[in-house]
Amino acid sequence: MSGRLLAVWDWVDARMPSLAEEYRKHMAEYYAPKNFNFWYYFGSLAMLVLAIQIVTGIFLTMHYKPDASLAFGSVEYIMRDVAGGWIIRYIHSTGASAFFIVVYLHMFRGLIYGSYRQPRELVWIFGVLIYLCLMGEAFMGYLLPWGQMSYWGAQVIVNLFGTIPFIGPDLALWIRGDYVVSDATLNRFFAMHVIAIPLALLGLVVVHLLALHDVGSNNPDGIEIKKHKDPKTGHPLDGIPFHPYYTVKDIVGVVVFLAVFCSVLFFAPELGGYFLEYNNFIPADPLKTPTHIAPVWYFTPFYTILRAVPPLFNSQFPGVLAMGLATMILLFLPWLDRGTVKSVRYRGTLYKAWLAAFVVVFLVLGYLGTEPTTVWGQFGFDAFFLDTKDIATWAGRLCTVIYFLFFILMPWYTARDAARPVPERVTP
Amino acid sequence: MSDSEKIDNTRRNLIVATSVIGGVAGAGAAIPFVTSWWPSERAKAAGAPVEVDISRLEPGEMKVVEWRGKPVWVVRRTKEMLDSLRTVAARLTDPDSKSSEQPEYAQNEARARKAEFMVMEGVCTHLGCSPQQKGAEAKAEMGGDWTGGFYCPCHGSKFDYAGRVFKGAPAPLNLPVPPHAYLSETTILIGEDRKGA
Repeated sequence: MSGRLLAVWDWVDARMPSLAEEYRKHMAEYYAPKNFNFWYYFGSLAMLVLAIQIVTGIFLTMHYKPDASLAFGSVEYIMRDVAGGWIIRYIHSTGASAFFIVVYLHMFRGLIYGSYRQPRELVWIFGVLIYLCLMGEAFMGYLLPWGQMSYWGAQVIVNLFGTIPFIGPDLALWIRGDYVVSDATLNRFFAMHVIAIPLALLGLVVVHLLALHDVGSNNPDGIEIKKHKDPKTGHPLDGIPFHPYYTVKDIVGVVVFLAVFCSVLFFAPELGGYFLEYNNFIPADPLKTPTHIAPVWYFTPFYTILRAVPPLFNSQFPGVLAMGLATMILLFLPWLDRGTVKSVRYRGTLYKAWLAAFVVVFLVLGYLGTEPTTVWGQFGFDAFFLDTKDIATWAGRLCTVIYFLFFILMPWYTARDAARPVPERVTP
Repeated sequence: MSDSEKIDNTRRNLIVATSVIGGVAGAGAAIPFVTSWWPSERAKAAGAPVEVDISRLEPGEMKVVEWRGKPVWVVRRTKEMLDSLRTVAARLTDPDSKSSEQPEYAQNEARARKAEFMVMEGVCTHLGCSPQQKGAEAKAEMGGDWTGGFYCPCHGSKFDYAGRVFKGAPAPLNLPVPPHAYLSETTILIGEDRKGA
């Protein structure tokens, strides 16, 4: 640094030493394991997408009108008449899907390397809360264009709360602020989407990172690098400073990510109806439900679980409960895993088989949620237990059971799993 | 605090009392914010009844009107449609509409004041989508024993021509019948049942 700049820095440092302190603590002297691999890109990419969403979101609010009679038109106005509006809007809509892709991969990394295990339970819990916030953020944001899918998606999701025994109907009414999804609903969802939830998200990201930097990062071997420290410096022998080593590595990830992101943005922003559903280019019509309604892809695994559970006691609540539990159960993961090792690298075949089943089941659930229940045809025979003959519904039920068994049986199969010995130091 | 230090109980109680009262006040301050999410007076006032002219409705034709923001269907049922109500009864969840929502005068097989005219809220009792009419000719799509009715595109619930739900559907109850009355031979009032048929 040149002399004058250095003088300015010294002036700041004398008055606010915590600035340099925090920089050292979280960047220059945050020692991360040296064996991070491909899977470790997605945390920093999630932060990048968050920043993209905030910036594009701010600019979208400058032209968008949160009013049921104007909303659809204002989105089309952004797309056609606002200079650069189309690209800002497509970045935001592509960013929403990118956020979920990156977060699902980030969570999968935590799952396979046991990053949720002691002492990182809080890191994981904050992460799950971020994921739940993100689902709320995406859901409320999807209402704003006021297209057919916006409207009917919100109608279905708000009515999910209506199935809760006793308080349900009042709760749904309270959320909507009207007897049907209407202008009142749109206006409050807008407020939640642009202020309330983003603030909560940012706060959660801060505590997620603070908790992580207190205990230190896990790694693909699932061993603690703090066990072997340099006696002279006190730094972990298998650790390297986050900056510059991982900041530079992450830039590579950012470049590759942006290349993929821009390909979607410029060549297929709707991605065949998966990122932006075609029915959402039709203005909301409260009198007519589109022939095929499905949530956006990132909700579909849970949507299939909802559809798979048949109504019990004249109530749809069991399905709603199953869907809620499917996300909440993630919070208990740190205590369900009784394995002696953290990383999948040293786990036995029993665990690996369950993990593989879980991945397959999650993808099948996701696929089925994008399709009508008739997608795989019907069984050709009659049986007394068949309340529906749709093959896809039964496939969804089977997958739902396996999804939950992965968690419920985890204490049993992880304890019985024949783990391989774990090395003392990280492997390249 | 070490054991040797004596706790000043008076001060501690004062701190506890202040915190509790402060907490209650803080929670109380949330009330206006929470209540602001209830339907506004304007939303509550918007539920006025609507009149429907049925003079030009052909047999088998359906008309959709909006009442309280919800679609209400008026169908002039043909004889075949009414006959199908009898044949499907065994396959329904609630054939006699015992647990379903309808005015007393519509708790009959046709679920109507006058069997010829079906007046029904087109809102699925599952999660609130609006089902679509599927005539008896849609057997290829709806199954060989389909005699016509309504199909919900969201989660596949099926209803007959009196809005009664078929077994095996996610919808738990029959479609609701709104309160309605005949103002004349050709006009139905939806939302109020002050006059008899």
